[in-house]
This record gives sequence, C-alpha cells and structure tokens, in this order.
Amino acid sequence: MEIKLTLNDKAITGHIEADTVLLDFLRAQGCYSVKRGCDTSNCGLCTVLLDGKPILSCSMLAARADGHSVQTLEGLQEEAAEFVGFLADQGADQCGFCNPGFVMNTIALLRENPDPTDGEIRAFLAGNLCRCSGYDGQLRGIRSYLNSRKG
Amino acid sequence: MITIQKYVRAKSLEEAYQLNQSKRNRIVGGMLWMRLGRGSVATAIDLCDLGLDTIEETEEQFSIGAMVSLRQLELHEGLNAYTGGAVKNAVKDIVGVQFRNMATVGGSIWGRFGFSDVLTVFLAMDAYVELYKGGVIPLEQFAARKKDTDILVRLIVKKTPGAFVYTALRNQRTDFPVIACAVSQLGGEYRAVIGARPAKAMVIRDEQGLLAQGITPDSAEAFAGFVAERTPTDSNVRASAAYRSHLIRVLTARATTELGGI
Amino acid sequence: MEQREYKVVGKSFRKKDSMQLLLGKPVYVDDVTPKDALVVKILRSPHANAIVQEINTKAARFVPGVVDIYTWEDVPQTRFAIAGQTYPEPSPYDRLILDRHVRFAGDAVAIIAAETEKAALKAMKLIKVKYEVLEAVLDYHTALDNPILVHPEEDWEPPCEVGGTNKRNLVASGLDAEGDVEAVLADCDIVLDRTFHTKAFQQAMMEPFTAYAELDRYGRLHLISSTQIVFHTRRILSRALGIPKSRIRVEKPRIGGGFGAKQTAVCDVYPAFVTLKTGRPSRITYTREEAQIAGSPRHEMEIRVRLGANRDGKIRVLDLYTLSNSGAYGEHGPTTVGLSGHKSIPLYTGSLEAYRFGYDVVYTNLQAAGAYRGYGATQGIFAVESVVNELAETLGMDPTVIRDQNMVKEGMVMPAYYGETANACALDRCMAHCRQMFGWEEKYPVRDMGNGKVRSAGVAMAMQGSCISNVDVGSATVKLSEDGTYNLMIGAADMGTGCDTILAQMVAEMMDCRFDDVAVFGADTDASPYDSGSYASSTTYITGKAVEKACTQLKANICAIAAEMLDCAPEAVVLESGRVCNIDTHQTVSLTDISYKAQVGNCIPAEATATHSSPVSPPPYMVGMVEIELDKRTGLVTILDYMAVVDCGIPINPALARIQTEGGIVQGIGHTLMENVTYDSHGRPVESSFMQYKIPTRLDMGTLKVEFEHSYEPTGPFGAKSIGEIVINTPAPAIAHAIARATGVWHRELPITPEKVAMSLVEE
Repeated sequence: MEIKLTLNDKAITGHIEADTVLLDFLRAQGCYSVKRGCDTSNCGLCTVLLDGKPILSCSMLAARADGHSVQTLEGLQEEAAEFVGFLADQGADQCGFCNPGFVMNTIALLRENPDPTDGEIRAFLAGNLCRCSGYDGQLRGIRSYLNSRKG
Repeated sequence: MITIQKYVRAKSLEEAYQLNQSKRNRIVGGMLWMRLGRGSVATAIDLCDLGLDTIEETEEQFSIGAMVSLRQLELHEGLNAYTGGAVKNAVKDIVGVQFRNMATVGGSIWGRFGFSDVLTVFLAMDAYVELYKGGVIPLEQFAARKKDTDILVRLIVKKTPGAFVYTALRNQRTDFPVIACAVSQLGGEYRAVIGARPAKAMVIRDEQGLLAQGITPDSAEAFAGFVAERTPTDSNVRASAAYRSHLIRVLTARATTELGGI
Repeated sequence: MEQREYKVVGKSFRKKDSMQLLLGKPVYVDDVTPKDALVVKILRSPHANAIVQEINTKAARFVPGVVDIYTWEDVPQTRFAIAGQTYPEPSPYDRLILDRHVRFAGDAVAIIAAETEKAALKAMKLIKVKYEVLEAVLDYHTALDNPILVHPEEDWEPPCEVGGTNKRNLVASGLDAEGDVEAVLADCDIVLDRTFHTKAFQQAMMEPFTAYAELDRYGRLHLISSTQIVFHTRRILSRALGIPKSRIRVEKPRIGGGFGAKQTAVCDVYPAFVTLKTGRPSRITYTREEAQIAGSPRHEMEIRVRLGANRDGKIRVLDLYTLSNSGAYGEHGPTTVGLSGHKSIPLYTGSLEAYRFGYDVVYTNLQAAGAYRGYGATQGIFAVESVVNELAETLGMDPTVIRDQNMVKEGMVMPAYYGETANACALDRCMAHCRQMFGWEEKYPVRDMGNGKVRSAGVAMAMQGSCISNVDVGSATVKLSEDGTYNLMIGAADMGTGCDTILAQMVAEMMDCRFDDVAVFGADTDASPYDSGSYASSTTYITGKAVEKACTQLKANICAIAAEMLDCAPEAVVLESGRVCNIDTHQTVSLTDISYKAQVGNCIPAEATATHSSPVSPPPYMVGMVEIELDKRTGLVTILDYMAVVDCGIPINPALARIQTEGGIVQGIGHTLMENVTYDSHGRPVESSFMQYKIPTRLDMGTLKVEFEHSYEPTGPFGAKSIGEIVINTPAPAIAHAIARATGVWHRELPITPEKVAMSLVEE
C-alpha cells in the first residue's frame, strides 16, 4: 500500500506492506539512527517523534503514519547538537547504540519541560534503557547542559 | 510478530463493526500487545480517524475515547483531580513515556489483561464502557465478559463523589506489577480492586462493613485480611501465589489507611 | 607512589567517536552493510536434547525469495569452539555449524537464506523436523557422571588439557591449594560454611549479535561483525569452514556493546557459511529473543565457601569449591571458573595461612554460557565477600575494620594469585576513602524509618586482573602522516568502552602532539597488527603498553630520518612539539618535512609496530558501599546511594573510567535485585525478552558516586592497570550485606527479589 507522510520536514510517499512497522520503513528511507534493541516495546532505542510526540517505531504500523509527521534524529541534528556535546564530555555516549532513541526522547522532554528536575528527567527517560553508562553520566550531561543555558 | 494482510482506517464505527465481524480481522489499539502474537490477521481495523482520542469532561462524567493514550490519562488534570492522582499513579510506571503515548485506553480495557494497571484503577470507580452495539454497561460487567466482535467506543467515568488510592509493587520499576491494588470509597461504599493476581483484576467490596465505622489502622488491617482471603492468587515467573496473597494484605492495608488519611 | 605529570594522559577527553554516536550516524553492522544482502535465519530446536531424525525442507524451498536452506548434512564435520581465546583454546572443540544432535532448546537445526526476512520466516514455519527426543540433563548438580551424556560424540576434542572429559559431562576440573587447610580450619575459633548460587545473567548489550559476510574483490570471505575478537573470529571461521586464514578477512565497525558476549563468535559462522555457499552477501541479526536464549551468558555457579577465623577477626583460611554450569557447549567454561577462586581468595592475602580452591565445570542441556564482564570473579566475590560480612556481623565487628585487618596490601606476595606481588595496590586507601565519602559511621547502623521501612548499609571489596598473563598479546602500529599528524592502528576492539580514545591519548602523550592529531583505526584482520582482542580487562594494560613501545620506536625512526636531514647523529636530536631539534646546533626540521622526506629515497619507516605481552596481570582493586531502604513488609529494596572507590592504577581518562565504573555497578545492581533466569520444562529460559528479563532502568539505581585512589603500576602504560571488569563485582555482596543488616537474613542466591526478602521474614 502507499502512504504519504512528512519525514523530517519533507513530504514523501512510501510503499509498504500492511504489517511493515515504522522502524523498518524509516531505516529503508535511510534513517539509520533508528535502532532495534528488542521486539517487545521495552528498550526505547527506536524512539522517533510522531507529530512531535515520542513513540516507539518498532511497535507502530507504518500505515498509521500516513498523513502524519515523523521526525528522526537525522532531521533534528541541530537541536540535538545543542546538548549532546555535554553528554560527550561525560563520556556517557559509550557504545552509542541507545543514543539516538535517548537523544530523541530528551528532545521531547526538553520541549515539554525546558527546566526539568533530576527526578523529572529520570521519570521521562525511564523507557530508554542503557546497559553501558549506568545512567548517571547521562543525567550529569543533561544537567550540565541545563546549567549552561542558565549561564 | 503477527502478520497483517490488509490495513483499513475505518471511516465510521459501522464500517469498523462490519469488518470486525470476521474472526480473521482485528481492531488495533496501540499495537503494543497485539503485535507480539504469532498469528495472522486478514484486516487490521484502525479507529484512529474516528475522533476517539479525546477525554471529554462534563459536570457529571469523564468520557474517554477508546483511542486516548495512557499518557493522556496521566496528564489529564480533571481526571487526576477527581481521582486524587490515582490514575496517574496507575499508569506512570508503565514502561516509558513513548509506550504510554501509544498504548490506548481501549486496547487496555478491551484486552482485560491480568497485568493491567488500567483496568485495575478504573474498576475502583463508577465506570462504564460504551460498546457500539452493546450500549453502555458497567465496566465490572464488561470485565467479566468474554471477548466478542463488538467495539469498545469509550470508557465513561461518572463523577460519583469518592476517593481513590492506587498502589502496586514491581520487581523493577517499569515492569508489570506483581500485584496492583486500588482502593476506593464511592458514595460511602468501600471496595478494593486487585490486579496482576496474576489473573484479571477482581473487585472485592466491603460486604462485611469492616470499614463502616471508619478507617482506623485496625479496620484497615481487617479489611485487607478480608480482601486477601477473598482474592485467589496464582504463581508465575514474577512471584508465587503465597507472596501475592501476602502482598495483597500489605498493599490493601496501606492503600486503605492512605484513603482514610491516616 | 610514583606520580608523573602528563599532558594528555590523565585528562578526560571526549571519545573519538562520541559525536558520531550521539548524532545517530550510521556506524554499526546493520547500518554500514548493503540492504540487499541475503537474510540469514536459524531454525532452532524446541527440545533440550534430541536427534534430528528427518528434516524436510521441500515445502520451505518453494517460498518465493528463499535462496537456500542448509541442514546438518550440508556442513563440514570438523568440531570447533566459538570462544574467542588464544590458541590452543582452553574451550573444547564440541560444536559443528549444524549438528544432528541438538543439545539445548534453541540450538541450531537449519540455516535459512532468503531475499527478505518475511520469506525466511515463512520458510522457517514450513521446515518439517522429526526429532528423537532424548532425556535431558537440566540440573547441573546431577550432570557429573550422569548416564545421559551431553556430548557422547567420539570426535569431542579438548585443544588443551583442562581436566575434562565428555564421557563424564565434565568440561574441566581442577584444584589449587597451599597450606594445610583442614588443620588450620580445625584450629580456628569460628568456621563459617556457606553455599552461594548465582545465575546465567545476560549481558543484554543493546545491539544484539550481528554479522555480515560477502566475497571481496579477490573472492575472499569478508566478514563485518559486531565482535570484540577479530583475529580469533578469523581463526574460528577458518577451522569451522575448512578454508585458509588468508581467504578470510574479519572487520568490526562500531559495536553496540559487548560486555564479553561478543568475545564469543556466537553468530558469525552462519552468514560466513551462507556466503561461501551462495557467493552472495548475507547478514544475520539476532532478535532479542535469540540473544536471550542462544547467546553467551554468565556461567551459573554454585560456590561453597568455608572460612576459618579467630575471634579477633583474623581470617586464616579460605576453602572454595565451585560447581560451574557451562550449558550445552564448553565455551569459556574451563577459564571462567578459575577466577571464582583466584580473584576472590587473594583479597585476604594479608592474613591467610592456607587456602584451597577446587572446581568442576559441567555440561548440561541448557543454553551455553560464555564470557561476561567479571568472568567468574563476580560469582566468587559474591561468595567470599558475603562470608566475610557474615563473619564480621557474627563477631560483632565493623566489616570495614575486619577488612582493614586482613586485606592484601601493596608489596605483598599473593600465593593464591599465582604468586604475583601486589606492586600497585591502594585497596587500603580505597577503603578509607570510601568509608569517609560514604559516611560509613552514620549509615552503617540500621535505622527504622517507620511504616516497616528500614535503612541500612553494606560493603564489599573486589579485585580483577589486567590481562591473561603470559597469554594475551596486544600490538599497535603508529604512522606519521605528511602533516605531522599520526595514525594509530589496533586490533583491539572499542565496544563503547573508549579504548580507541585512551590509546590515542597515549600516542599524543608519547609523540608530544595534540590529541586531535591522532586518528585511530580498528579493527580489521587485514590492516590491524595482531591483537588477542578486547577482553580480560586487557586493552589499556596490554595494548596500551604496545602503543607506548610503538611510539618509542617511531620516535627513534623519526629522529633517524631527521638526523639524516640535519646531517648529524641520531643521538644528537630530540622530538618535541611537532619538530625535531639538534640539541647542539638548535637546528630544527618540522614533522611535515620529515614525513615528506620519508617518502623520497628513504629506507627508514615513518611508522612502527610493537607487540606486548605480560608475565603478570596486576589486579585493580575496588571498594563499594551501598545504602538501601528496605520495606520489610513488601520486601522491596530501594537503592539510595552506591559509592565506590577504585584503584585502577593511573586512570588514562578519568571520565571514561568513571562511566565504566558506574555502568558496571548498575549491571551488578540488576543481577542482585531483578535480573532473573528461570527455565521452562524444556530448559528454555523464560526470561527470553526485555519484557521478562528486566535490566535496571534509571529509576532502579539510586545515586552513584565514584572516585579513584591512584596507584602506579610499574608494568603498565603510564602506571595504568585495568577498569573494565572489576566494576561489576561489588554490588551483589554489598547489597546482600545491607539486606542482611536490615532483616537479619543472609540471601545467598541471586537475584534477591522482593518476594525472597518479604517471605524470609514472614516465615520467621
């Protein structure tokens, strides 16, 4: 079937099967930042924004994106670049495989809540698993970015 | 993962209903649970274009569309004001924000899943489901029914004066609950709802009037003991039946004392 | 302690790849290999022990898009091991690519190659297999000398003698002792005899196992794999496929986490075989379920400890016996078990008069175990540290003080650690530092918080190694470029740990250049100098020393070229700040000029390769302390604070060393409190997905605080030891200690779930 959607601010037409999940569609479109870490909607690696809201692209039918706007990290490089350097300073990127989903959900968090507490950061990002960093470095990175914004 | 031959966005509930009469067709909610199955679906019926993704609040009730996400429940001020935050407490530990943006009220309620926090918390309320053909029936009655080919359109929560407390224990913070427990007082009637037993949530009313003289630490313990005795439990990978029964007693007592403001 | 000033070493540089990773650039196997590669899928046995009687692939082959299907009849008949270890491997040769005898629920039965995943999965459903189902060995206590043999085959072959025989389900067996254990035990005031159980925990790295194969422009097999061990993988493939190593190239791009899982060539042989058969590119990517049921998890172990001590707290004797469950294949079985004793007993070198460490490693019809961060030490330290905590509580002594009295200290010879001397050991300072940072005096007493909740604290020490002594080999090539920048080529594998970065820091330090002027390449068997690979905590210590040596050689070469240009003796020049200077005449030549000169009529290489191995494996040391809140009625344990002080020698990059520590602690918390491994009646793990196998989220780990106590390891590069593995070892004993403080009950089996805590109190 055919779908029309906005992908990273570009109108595109895609040809999919009824059960193609959005993750596979996006990777086929060259959005390799979108990763598969589980098959059970538990890890957050495949997080993208659908009409601005973070969702799990592994669990969404691509057909459902018809008529909607999807953003992946490929389309939000500048917004991400504003804060990911602070994560790099902590060494919190580690293996990097969870980073795109984590960065996307952090973007969603900061849009919704520009000045979150540590507790709010942890709660919002709880669905983003990371096996390398132990999470605290990610928190420190976000915190130091927020502090830098306050000057 | 399930395979799907065809995807249809229903243009009306009638169209969805007609499609849903075939056993090989399925209505999709958040797709989070259904996709884990190994079966094959001829037509996936999507209700996403039918305007069922809003929570309407009136003086008398909340009308929650089947396609409303758990995240919407979590953030809805009116619903959380009415329930004293019980709805938020029930959903906030479900996997993550992204998951809760996708999981729907309709899918959660329709599935009548044993692990469901959502079914557990709403069973503590004066809640009803609106079925396309079956009309409006109490949620408790719906929960007891077998799945059929009707369509769940809305969840309706009446603003019957009451108070609610929700609590659960999880082995890991965003896991399924080992026991989910909602306790409420609705128009003077006390009830406990126990989910993740691990079977489907059960409503236990204070039939013996253990709380009739008010909530005290002792009456709360007595009620909790009553609830634990009345609630069958079973073992699965997350916990044993014995521990679940123990937890029902502990969580119900705590939720009841919290309800009593102690 | 020797303390030197460095310009680049000891500073927290960003990882070389950090911005690529954080901005989601395509750098992993699935991103960098062609989309139209054949999809490889494995049909897996539902039975724990069975013989494939008949296998019919006819209907499956008719599925459009199916290219080929292979069964046991199609594969070479040479047994091999997939453990990434130096030849001759201690792991037995007990595998075939596909075996008629399947040995665990999840073992490979057929390989499907198809144009699309959908076609492959459809074909999988259509393959008809008739199994002769055999009784299985599912309880590792009954494995030894069980009449049912997991490996009855006659061609079972151990490349090394490790005390095993397939005729007894015995992978390995051994005994190491010093002193008269029984006599000392008999003379002790107090003897504790306790048994511990740890499970087959999963590494759960975010990127599952994945590998891609193609024939390159010379018709050679080119494998791009998410692996920690490119050279071992080449050797494994060569044996398994029966083709010479010169026909194989193995390369790794960025790796989405390893933790030891990818120190085993879990999936590489499948696409390699398909590509050799079809001539077409092919790729396998394990589902999370496959990674959970047919991966390479930690060895389940049962450890019995007998500790003998005097009433004053002197620990005089330790006697350990470890029974290790290797599962259906022997990968890493003979070696992991060794660490359960050799990296726990020496912690008490300060006072031990005698020790004994015996072990058996057995086959069962369960998922094969492998290498996981900590590699047996984690299991042994849980046992020994728990017993020491129990000793302290029994004697009414502060458990940190009892350790002060007994722990290994700098300069001591460690009989239980191959007689090595603790040249660099700040364990005593780690304890003092952690005690002060954590506020041990205030947090150690159990505090009642009301409503059934109590707060308490626990402590544990740990050690590990920094390589496999006399075995691991690391190499580095450093090249000068025309603009005075450098290329570093390694065969070690950065799996997110940051080794590319810390090795580049060492080059910059040695060559007196900017960190940004060092580019790193790794790892590729065609282009990298030989390296055993990244495991055994060895990359900083071994490959780092190779980098140091290569730079020393390169400096000499550069000076020799410059001396020719300056028409003087090489001894008369020095390299500093991007130029070479004649110390007598003060004449200089720039590195740019030198490197151009190196390209014209020159016979001195502007590059150098060096190799390093070590006769010793200096242990890093660590102290961890945890404060918990425990709900006595629900059994829920909440981690409030986890604090640790680590002695990894000189940290080359403190930020990365800190993150390593934090990540290891959180993995350890997961094993201790929530990661469970249970089996169904076929021996298949029930926790086969992230829905069931629950690793910690950021809401499950409390607040971490990590600091370092430096020591200077004379045999390491810039005084460094290792950091990668030790960090996972303290949480289990420290948390179990805090739980015992709060409840009076010692839990000796992991994980310690809320149910176990609550029900232990109800039953009383």
